[in-house]
Amino acid sequence: MQTRASLRVGDQPWVKWSLISLALFIVGTLLIVPLVAIFVQAFGDGVQGFLANITDTYTLHAISLTLLVAALTIPLNLVFGVFLAWLVTRFEFPGRKLLITLIDIPFAVSPVVAGLLYLLLYGSNGWLGSWLMDHDVQLMFSWPGILMVTVFVTCPFVARELIPLMQQQGKEEEEAGVTLGASGWQLFRRVTLPNIQWALIYGVVLTNARAMGEFGAVSVVSGNIRGETNTLPLHVELLYQDYNAVGAFTSASLLAGIALITLFVKSFVEWRQARQRRVLDEVSE
Amino acid sequence: MSIRVENISKRFGQFQALQPLTLEIPDGELVGLLGPSGSGKTTLLRIIAGLETADTGRILFHGQDVTNVHVRDRRVGFVFQHYALFRHMTVAQNVAFGLEVLPKAERPSNTEIYKRVANLLEMVQLGHLAKRYPSQLSGGQKQRVALARALAMQPQVLLLDEPFGALDAKVRKDLRRWLRSLHDELHFTSVFVTHDQEEALELSDKVVVMSAGKIEQVDSPQELYSRPESRFVFDFLGHINVLDAQVKGTRLQQGDAWVELPKPITVPVAQLYLRPHEVHLQQVPVAHANLPLTINAVSLIGAEVRLELQPDGWQADEPWEIGISHAQYNAWQPMRGDRCYAVPDIGHLFMEGVTEPETLTWASTLIQDPNFPKRSAHLAEVS
Repeated sequence: MQTRASLRVGDQPWVKWSLISLALFIVGTLLIVPLVAIFVQAFGDGVQGFLANITDTYTLHAISLTLLVAALTIPLNLVFGVFLAWLVTRFEFPGRKLLITLIDIPFAVSPVVAGLLYLLLYGSNGWLGSWLMDHDVQLMFSWPGILMVTVFVTCPFVARELIPLMQQQGKEEEEAGVTLGASGWQLFRRVTLPNIQWALIYGVVLTNARAMGEFGAVSVVSGNIRGETNTLPLHVELLYQDYNAVGAFTSASLLAGIALITLFVKSFVEWRQARQRRVLDEVSE
Repeated sequence: MSIRVENISKRFGQFQALQPLTLEIPDGELVGLLGPSGSGKTTLLRIIAGLETADTGRILFHGQDVTNVHVRDRRVGFVFQHYALFRHMTVAQNVAFGLEVLPKAERPSNTEIYKRVANLLEMVQLGHLAKRYPSQLSGGQKQRVALARALAMQPQVLLLDEPFGALDAKVRKDLRRWLRSLHDELHFTSVFVTHDQEEALELSDKVVVMSAGKIEQVDSPQELYSRPESRFVFDFLGHINVLDAQVKGTRLQQGDAWVELPKPITVPVAQLYLRPHEVHLQQVPVAHANLPLTINAVSLIGAEVRLELQPDGWQADEPWEIGISHAQYNAWQPMRGDRCYAVPDIGHLFMEGVTEPETLTWASTLIQDPNFPKRSAHLAEVS
């Protein structure tokens, strides 16, 4: 008996294998080789050199500033994101759709533009900045400015994660809670929060990664003052411009390490969310 | 606790969900809000609960105005159509929720809460599932957990939004009976929403029929069935066979079909409404009616055999449905394509300009038809 050729698209072995090798080649040259190169370069002067570079005063300061900005950005965006998501999924009001669209502005705008906007507004010659100057408040070229632009750049992450989930879950459980006599806080604490916790963690992981890695917006408002307003990504650039390649790659390897940890946590949270969604599907059947 | 709905209306944007309406629900009654989707029944229920705010009017519980009392403080039990169980809590935690969120002064001790929850779960026959999560339960079990959770607060008013809508037919019937006995035992005032007329008629002390944001009729199931006040109520309570006809003296005529009325009427057109069990079928027309029909489908489900019939030589918006007994079916053996005649025993005549129908009876036809169709005879005649 004659076997019939399959007619399914992409079923021929040569198509399949050439696509797979092309994908592997692209992933390898664009992602894996550079990542490995970072660590190879960082350890170019051996472990001793790596440690020496890391314990450099300016590097240590850059690390602590980056951690400070991330540590302040996360709670701010957590509260803001939950508040916003609650607002647009639980209430009907004019402009609700517009607000959902506006949340994405930081994604749509180039971070450099965001940085410039803040500089123009809050800089010493800016509208608000000059007034603040008169009251001895300096936001630009100091860490509060860095925090402000970082919050701006990362603010959609938590809300973006929560809105679809909260829309899908609906408000029935909260209505049930309120008919049973729960107060607003009890409702949030005991009904809403447990349902959104994994999406919330996911949003925080993304916020953290971006807050630590943000370059463009921060570079505009920071002023690159070593030991004062230099974050880790800015520090990498400064070291590189000083022809200190090993130092630059040492700091870069820290950022790459954070990225790898983020990826790992992100995959774990995604797995948990997928599990929750499966349960959700069963419930809604 | 009695409930009084006074002049309540509600508008969603352009859509008038409820016209101003007034309704009295006496203490301890089980009342069904019946209507098609979009009739405003769920909106009314949610307004009574306080989950929705009315544009006008007042809600009174036991004579006290609760219009501005927050849903949290109205202390009504509310059961949602899709259960709305807390998915991250076990069955027992779900039931305990209402007790646990009580202010400290009113909250029972943990052992007391545990005891009350155990009792409630026993009552809904789910004691063995206390540690399960909602996703591990069937629909009927979930709905019983939802009921137990609502009853934990010992509400005097229980509101149920399409409580059995998402369940399959058999479970629905069991739960309905169970809710009825629970209601009789605990004596709270219950209001439930349904679009299923059978459910409303079986379960309620009183049925409120709604359409397009208005109350059409409030009556006991028996009264509602025997004396529907409007065409809408008539249409909504089960299948209706309609003859839309012109009046010629004492005769209703449309195409080949005609029915002789017991007395003359004066309007030019009228509709004769016939319930499936108020008509019988036979082989030849009788002196007072000629309603030729062709059998479209025969379904043998249930206590009787239901025939779907197509008008023959006249028109009807919907095919007719007439039930015959299994004995009759066995004797006659009707088949698709067979021709027969409908003979009205009792009819309801709707005349132009009058909302209430006039009920007519044709006594003569109650005599057994000697020419009761038999399959063999019928076949002989056809060939």
